[in-house]
Amino acid sequence: MKKLINAVDAVVREQMEGMALAHPDLLRVSLEPKYIVRADAPVAGKVAVVSGGGSGHEPLHGGFVGYGMLDGACPGEIFTSPTPDQIFACGMEVNGGAGVLLIVKNYTGDVLSFETAAELLHGEGVAVRTVLVDDDVAVKDSLYTAGRRGVGGTVIVEKIAGAAVEAGYSLAQAAELAQRVSVNCRSMGMALTSCTTPSAGKPTFDLGEHEIEIGIGIHGEPGQRRIPIIDADAITTLLAEEILNDGPYTRTVRSFDPMTGDWAEVSLTSEPFRAGDRVIAFVNSMGGTPVSELYTVYRRLAMICKERNIVIVRNLIGAYITSLEMQGCSITLTRVDDEMVRLWDAPVKTPALRWGI
Amino acid sequence: MITTADMEAWLQRAADVLEENKGYLTELDAAIGDADHGVNIARGFAAVVQKLAAQPGQPLGPMFKSAGMTLMSTVGGASGMLYGNFFLKAANVAGDRQALTPAELLAVLEAGRDGIVQRGRAEPGDKTMIDAWTPAVDALKEALAAGQPLPAALCATAAAAEAGMRATIPMQARKGRASYLGERSIGHQDPGATSTYLILRALADALADEDAKQA
Ligand SMILES: Nc1ncnc2c1ncn2[C@@H]1O[C@H](COP(=O)(O)OP(=O)(O)O)[C@@H](O)[C@H]1O
Ligand SMILES: [Mg+2]
Repeated sequence: MKKLINAVDAVVREQMEGMALAHPDLLRVSLEPKYIVRADAPVAGKVAVVSGGGSGHEPLHGGFVGYGMLDGACPGEIFTSPTPDQIFACGMEVNGGAGVLLIVKNYTGDVLSFETAAELLHGEGVAVRTVLVDDDVAVKDSLYTAGRRGVGGTVIVEKIAGAAVEAGYSLAQAAELAQRVSVNCRSMGMALTSCTTPSAGKPTFDLGEHEIEIGIGIHGEPGQRRIPIIDADAITTLLAEEILNDGPYTRTVRSFDPMTGDWAEVSLTSEPFRAGDRVIAFVNSMGGTPVSELYTVYRRLAMICKERNIVIVRNLIGAYITSLEMQGCSITLTRVDDEMVRLWDAPVKTPALRWGI
Repeated sequence: MITTADMEAWLQRAADVLEENKGYLTELDAAIGDADHGVNIARGFAAVVQKLAAQPGQPLGPMFKSAGMTLMSTVGGASGMLYGNFFLKAANVAGDRQALTPAELLAVLEAGRDGIVQRGRAEPGDKTMIDAWTPAVDALKEALAAGQPLPAALCATAAAAEAGMRATIPMQARKGRASYLGERSIGHQDPGATSTYLILRALADALADEDAKQA
């Protein structure tokens, strides 16, 4: 294992210390427990948006802390969920009196942790709502699995939710919008290589020189299937078709009701893409794939969308939700309406995403 | 009676065994998860033991509560929340007792197991730690009802957990990270069921030792 690290145990902390030194104008860092908040938190009267998850996906989530996006981010150890005490402390610090919206990627550990934190925050009188992101179409059914994983759609949901609360949305309005964006996201990823967590010291799965893994998540976990390598156009077609041909997807999610302090089960359905849909197209590097290759993917993706009359109204191309140094990419398409496009375009000023300001 | 010293010995032993097996547990997790279970659980139990050493002489309720909170804040991952919940629920049953009868120990373990089910909503056969916990709790109940002495009953408990752990190999995971693999999860032993077995084996060994000391 060759990595730019000092000690395995210090990776997350030292990265956070570096962020604090690099971006004092945008954010503040707490190391005990670990969380990152925007420099001017709490913003009085504004709903706070908090997310979090394992480290190793940078810039997600800490790189999205700042004006117009996240108020707080809670990094776990590498590929490990954050703990409830982190999320609780972060939520308490960013709450500006209008409540806290928790954006949760659908992984069992994250869900259990955020559920516990929501209960703890509620116990302190903080209004809390939760939104689940579960956009990975590699997972087919919700009945016999823990449901679709939260992947690329998280970036889109966090941007739009952050803009919404900046524009004065209430907690209930922001939660409704964020859940609607989430339901309209679909993603599919693939790996050319595995990745190595510092603590394991060796790749989390073995992939032969001529093999690729289709339908991966973002934790170096093996994917849905393994196939012999094919060219960029063929890979892009494969990913895009999984997304565009995906049928209706229904799942039951638990969402926190700040009035009763209890969990309500809600059934949500994602409708398939149809000709005429307007989308944000997001081509993401898993960390090790250069931007040049992402454009090659985007080139083919744009052609496919055009053929199907799916209108790409905005795009995002780069490494935004990664799996350490893994080579590979993911594609996320999000069906958007005017409100979502307006909020996507709204100013944002974070370490990793910055425009209009 | 099972004393606070016995329970401290259990947690210490569990911490040692998990540390010894952390590479093995992480390897199991690499096959069907994300290669972090051993490292995380070893770190968590080491922190539990450290915390206990700083607060000696607590009644069992506060001791379990401290263990639960420590696991939740140090492990990360699904298993941290689930084992954390196990100890929080166990703490409610243990209350301010300084010692437990075997029947009370059973009640403590059963409540803890129920806590894991409440948070994680796994059913038997889903290929999770529940597949080790449930047969283990059942075996303890049966052994005590049959009048077996505690050390023998706990050996039966650990043996049932071990059998439950092995039984996860042919199962297809329906909960947790491994469920994403679908049929590819078949043929691998569940890491969480394995750590549960190790923890229950540690319980049997810790109390067998105590027994030996008294003899
Ligand atoms: N819903 C659940 N209920 C009970 N046990 C679960 C559940 N989900 C996962 N587990 C257990 O957790 C173990 C994985 O633990 P760990 O690796 O710490 O979590 P993560 O998957 O978040 O990395 C699995 O092997 C399984 O036994
Ligand atoms: Mg794991």
